[in-house]
Amino acid sequence: MSDLDREGLYRSLRRIHAFEEAVRSLWNEGRISGEMHLCRGEEAVAAGVMAHHREGDAVSCDHRPHGQFVARGVPLVDVLAELLGDERGLCAGRGGHMHLFSRRHLIATTGIVGAPAPLGAGFALALMRLRPGAAAFAFGGDGAANQGLFLETLNLASAWRLPLLLVCKDNGWAVTTWSKDVSAGDPVARARAFGLVAEHVDGMDPLAVWHATDRLLAHVRAGRGPAYLHARCARLDGHFLGDRMVRAARDLHEGADMGRVVVQSATERRGGRARDRARALLRMGRQVVRLKRGLGGGNDPTRLPPGTLGLDAGARRRIDDEVAAEIGAAVRAATQEAA
Amino acid sequence: MTRMIFEEAIDLAIADAMAADERVLLLGLDVPMLRAGLYARFGARRVLAAPISEGAYLTAAVGAAMAGLRPVVEIMMVDFITVALDALLNHAAKLEAFTHGRWRCPLVVRSACGAGYGDGGQHGQALWGLLASIPGLGVVVPSTPDDAYGLTASALAHDGPVVVLEHKLLTKNWLEFVGSGGRPGLSFDVPAAGHEGEVRRAPVPLGRAACRRAGDDVTLVSLGVSVHRALAAAALLGAEGISCEVLDLRSVRPLDVDAVVASARRTGRVLVVDEDYRQFGLSGEIAALIAEHGVSARFARVCTDDTIPFARHLEEAALPSVGRIVMAVRRLLAERARATRSASAPCAVETAP
Ligand SMILES: Cc1ncc(C[n+]2csc(CCOP(=O)(O)OP(=O)(O)O)c2C)c(N)n1
Ligand SMILES: [Mg+2]
Repeated sequence: MSDLDREGLYRSLRRIHAFEEAVRSLWNEGRISGEMHLCRGEEAVAAGVMAHHREGDAVSCDHRPHGQFVARGVPLVDVLAELLGDERGLCAGRGGHMHLFSRRHLIATTGIVGAPAPLGAGFALALMRLRPGAAAFAFGGDGAANQGLFLETLNLASAWRLPLLLVCKDNGWAVTTWSKDVSAGDPVARARAFGLVAEHVDGMDPLAVWHATDRLLAHVRAGRGPAYLHARCARLDGHFLGDRMVRAARDLHEGADMGRVVVQSATERRGGRARDRARALLRMGRQVVRLKRGLGGGNDPTRLPPGTLGLDAGARRRIDDEVAAEIGAAVRAATQEAA
Repeated sequence: MTRMIFEEAIDLAIADAMAADERVLLLGLDVPMLRAGLYARFGARRVLAAPISEGAYLTAAVGAAMAGLRPVVEIMMVDFITVALDALLNHAAKLEAFTHGRWRCPLVVRSACGAGYGDGGQHGQALWGLLASIPGLGVVVPSTPDDAYGLTASALAHDGPVVVLEHKLLTKNWLEFVGSGGRPGLSFDVPAAGHEGEVRRAPVPLGRAACRRAGDDVTLVSLGVSVHRALAAAALLGAEGISCEVLDLRSVRPLDVDAVVASARRTGRVLVVDEDYRQFGLSGEIAALIAEHGVSARFARVCTDDTIPFARHLEEAALPSVGRIVMAVRRLLAERARATRSASAPCAVETAP
């Protein structure tokens, strides 16, 4: 049982949030290239789980890694400089947003969906030999839970009793696919079937995530085998920044091109039966509506109702100000370096 | 002839095949949205959304092809084919050989490839050399919308497995998704002639290279985006009085050996411009084929040497570029014929103790 540091948990949540907003600005300005998957909507999972991280533990991340890196205490300037492709970045500008690595902090990233699970299992194997009591944390999404690499790891980790905590950040989506449409069985039941201790938690509630992780890690650190945490959370920016579907959902003009193609194709001679075509159109419409519902403020885990975490408004404001100053300074330092 | 963008040409080839043959179906990640036109026209029974289980769905497609369907499978980016490589390497590609041609696997794999927009080394690889090293597997890399249609149509008509690779710099939508993301003012080095063009809506045979520019001094052998870089370099070099022939391979396997060898024999100098990794791949294969045919041409290559770095300026330097091609051609022309035999001592024989 760890000690709950309420201020620390709140600060972690706000740091991740502020970091991601800073990245958003830099990306919007065109200073960061390529895809940008922010973890907005998942902050409470990253903060609540990583609050239990101890020196000597290892972490593997997927294509949405920033929350874990910020919570892990990797220097923010180094991470930002890496995102900017700067020589002085965490990986000298060679890795980038989906390939962040800090050997010193034993935290790694992969852009191959599903791969964080077996990488984490390998971390756990090493820790079991080298540092009994230490744990490996592997983060992935609901989409990744269908990847062979992930499903095989459920068995491998359990058969070898690895000190591994698998964390599923279930934001409901895998790019444009609603995960439930292509997934069978209950994720927690899947993990239990392989002998892992598993819990479902409200990933929008940092305190609930903290407590669930505390229970699961007690099991993992005691050498009794792997655990699985399934945290339902949100996806506030679509799959990545500039997500075309999000733009179309927010503004019909943005979807006009696609709309034209769809209407023209749906009426093309030679194709599926009318019933199949109609159903396809309906399903597409449903996806857009569903997507739109999930976006935006009502779903933001960093906007906690007053009194949560037992912090009064004054304490929260103080922390918010400190975080804003910290992130602002990091951005200034990183962009000066990049200049 | 109709004017269209690169990926529209591929979609059209698939739509034509689906309309003509009920056995053709499309499956892969996000296909209902990524290929919305096909989904709206053919419905969910022919356009199947898959879970992120590439190993399972690609191997399942091999099984489906063996049992009578003609699946088109999308692997979002060719970098991710690693998790499903077994389906191609040990199954799709070997069936015909194992059965001495009695059972074949009509499968098309469509995948985005290529770098040049700053997405890092796990999202910009070419990998056609890796795939084309597998006997029994076809690999095509179109460089224009017309070839995109024609090669996809031929892949669909073929009774064995073929991988169709579409370069992200040539496909407007991929580049929009993963490169600009709707940000105005961002620009990429997109070859206009490859990105949009006239499409004849006719098949282009597998294994036939196209000569894109005739010349006498040096043969530039290339494919995909690099063809356009080679053509731009050839134009610059032409102004210096250097005459370049530019061959667009179009198909890596089968490879148009005759076209490459004939041109090498004529010009006596070959530069391979290949976005794939330099070692143990296509460029080395071309050198070997030329040598095997008894042609003593001077040879050089401009390829991707190492893991593609994330930073844009490093990535640019790592990929084949007009500048690198021009320099390599000049060097090739400056090189004097080497002595065929040297006077150095023979190797020292080492035997096991
Ligand atoms: C093996 C593999 N297949 C496909 C992709 C492309 N891809 C990147 S993220 C993603 C969706 C992942 O969904 P999920 O695991 O739920 O994570 P989320 O993006 O929702 O956080 C896909 C399909 C990939 N990177 N790797
Ligand atoms: Mg998800």
